[in-house]
Amino acid sequence: MAPHERRQVAVVAFGQSDHLRTTDELSEVEMLMPVLHEVLAATGLKTSDIGFTCSGSSDYLAGRAFSFTMALDGVGAWPPISESHVEMDGAWALYEAWVKLQTGEADTALVYSYGKSSPGSVRDVLTRQLDPYYVAPLWPDSVALAALQAQALIDAGETDEPALAGVASRSRTAAAANPHAQLKGPVAQGEYAVRPLRTGDCPPVGDGAAAVILAAGERARELCERPAWIRGIDHRIEAHGLGVRDLTDSPSTRLAAERAGVFERPVDTAELHAPFTSQEVVLRKALSLADDVAVNPSGGALAANPMMAAGLIRIGEAAARIHRGDSDRAVAHATSGPCLQQNLVAVLEGETRV
Amino acid sequence: MSKEPVAVVGVGQTKHVAARRDVSIAGLVREAAQSALRDAELTWADIDAVVIGKAPDFFEGVMMPELYLADALGAVGKPMLRVHTAGSVGGSTALVAANLVAARVHGTVLTLAFEKQSESNAMWGLSLPVPFQQPLLAGAGGFFAPHVRAYMRRTGAPDTVGSLVAYKDRRNALKNPYAHLHEHDITLEKVQASPMLWDPIRYSETCPSSDGACAMILTDRAGAARSPRPPAWMHGGAMRSEPTLFAGKDFVSPQAGKDCAADVYRQAGIADPRREIDAVEMYVPFSWYEPMWLENLGFAEEGEGWKLTESGVTELDGDLPVNMSGGVLSTNPIGASGMIRFAEAALQVRGQAGEHQVEGARKALGHAYGGGSQFFAMWLVGAEPPTG
Repeated sequence: MAPHERRQVAVVAFGQSDHLRTTDELSEVEMLMPVLHEVLAATGLKTSDIGFTCSGSSDYLAGRAFSFTMALDGVGAWPPISESHVEMDGAWALYEAWVKLQTGEADTALVYSYGKSSPGSVRDVLTRQLDPYYVAPLWPDSVALAALQAQALIDAGETDEPALAGVASRSRTAAAANPHAQLKGPVAQGEYAVRPLRTGDCPPVGDGAAAVILAAGERARELCERPAWIRGIDHRIEAHGLGVRDLTDSPSTRLAAERAGVFERPVDTAELHAPFTSQEVVLRKALSLADDVAVNPSGGALAANPMMAAGLIRIGEAAARIHRGDSDRAVAHATSGPCLQQNLVAVLEGETRV
Repeated sequence: MSKEPVAVVGVGQTKHVAARRDVSIAGLVREAAQSALRDAELTWADIDAVVIGKAPDFFEGVMMPELYLADALGAVGKPMLRVHTAGSVGGSTALVAANLVAARVHGTVLTLAFEKQSESNAMWGLSLPVPFQQPLLAGAGGFFAPHVRAYMRRTGAPDTVGSLVAYKDRRNALKNPYAHLHEHDITLEKVQASPMLWDPIRYSETCPSSDGACAMILTDRAGAARSPRPPAWMHGGAMRSEPTLFAGKDFVSPQAGKDCAADVYRQAGIADPRREIDAVEMYVPFSWYEPMWLENLGFAEEGEGWKLTESGVTELDGDLPVNMSGGVLSTNPIGASGMIRFAEAALQVRGQAGEHQVEGARKALGHAYGGGSQFFAMWLVGAEPPTG
């Protein structure tokens, strides 16, 4: 089916928690519940009205198996619901829900994701994502791997440390207007975390949750004054081994963007899931973003990076700008894995305003 | 809008064993995927997307292993999704893959599920303590035994029924070269004499811990037309979930299971499952779940499931064969167990099930469940393409 024959599906509501360094007093479910209620209230839908529910989370952050079952109890899955879960960022849960709506078996979908990084050391935890036989036993952490990528970019002449500092400063200045952000306003670039990355080049570690409601066709117009139509969405993965990838480029982002139709017309907004300043450099190039595009007006992942939710939040933030009329055509991006291994790209559009 | 019909044109499994020390996790999944590709006579280049599932990451100690497995599964440059819905995950994974084809997002999809239980300890992987939440009571058996007891009390089933199921499934497994347990000297007396683990569940009425993977190639109508062997056609598929614990929950026959089956039958145009379905691969990790699910899935009236089992209806040569492959009781790489049910149902209607083939099977049900009997995934496949 050619893209123009696809069922038109829109983000009609988006909610997120305040992202905080620690939420000791809240369980994951308690962190998620207000966000779920927020998107349901925004659309007037009840759990039993939703056609399909899909979530994203990670057992490794929760420190227990089947951690998503508790969140399902919070959703209130009674009478029983049509529901699924990806052990991925919520952006991929949204993709699964979008596919479900394309089959015509549902007209609305609730998508949510959440993650608490505060109970453990997320840098150590993420080493468990790596090849378990040859790499993970060496415990190379996420900041060290990102630093390899940053150094490769600097060596290739694609950026330098002052430019990276500029990315950090711009993001956190933008985040001053984001009530949910964890780091906002001028933040010192700080000492080196792992050369060439300084603390200011790295995302904050924190806890947070997000939720989105999708609706198809006329249902979207009923539920939202200005739906954010998903004109295209695609995701691609690259090899796991860093040694076989060109870390200064992101072919998977470029391919996903092509498939999603990003290059067909200019975008005015880009919400990029770039937890490290250097990754924004890679993504800007892969997406061929013009200089006048508003990149991460929310502050992006440098201002709040709740694991498993930060990608879904990029789609939500882009959609919210369309809902508010601040954007007409936006690109949203989510990533997973070390050094941008897996990437999802969506194009969101608002209808022409009269 | 009309959906694209979905066909299964390739099925692959590893030989399931207690410990595959000769292969890595990547080696294990690649073996199953290559076997499915061989069956479909396709190459890696023919695959548009990969959908992978497994049970908790704690079982192997790898967080989001799909990242590491992208290379081994030929997924580089392609979309890759990772599904996780507890024990039902193998079934859910196949359904997510099927939706990609049904929605015409992709033409041909590789779906795969695995567990390499020997790399870790599943019981402790399930028993990580979390404050203010109930532990799983020493593994899954401790959680499910009281519900089996409730079934026996509710239906008046004699306590011999569970051992009949185990005896049947272990004999069926002898006809399946991929099954983990091949107990050539199995007798009913041996099952009944095995130690009691979680009363009323005996050692021989429980599933083993296996290393293994299962893969399928799903494709559209055009892909099916090129298939060298008969495809299995999906006639219906559904997932349903309900909360783990709440006052109104019926652990013996959960509403989510009933609703899921009803949705599948509606899609497939099945009015009388007992008469219209020829073979069933159901998720029976503890023997008593066969009579319990026979009722939950609508093959027997409430309280009557054990009578079907007792009268031999569910034997390989019975009127409604259940778990022809030997089932989860004989092979349990947890994350793959649901997909094996789906794949074995497909093998039956393709006439490719070998020694455990049900003669003339035209419609077969694959069933999976997970969590605290709260996640359900099922599909019904047929030898003929769906009509309409």
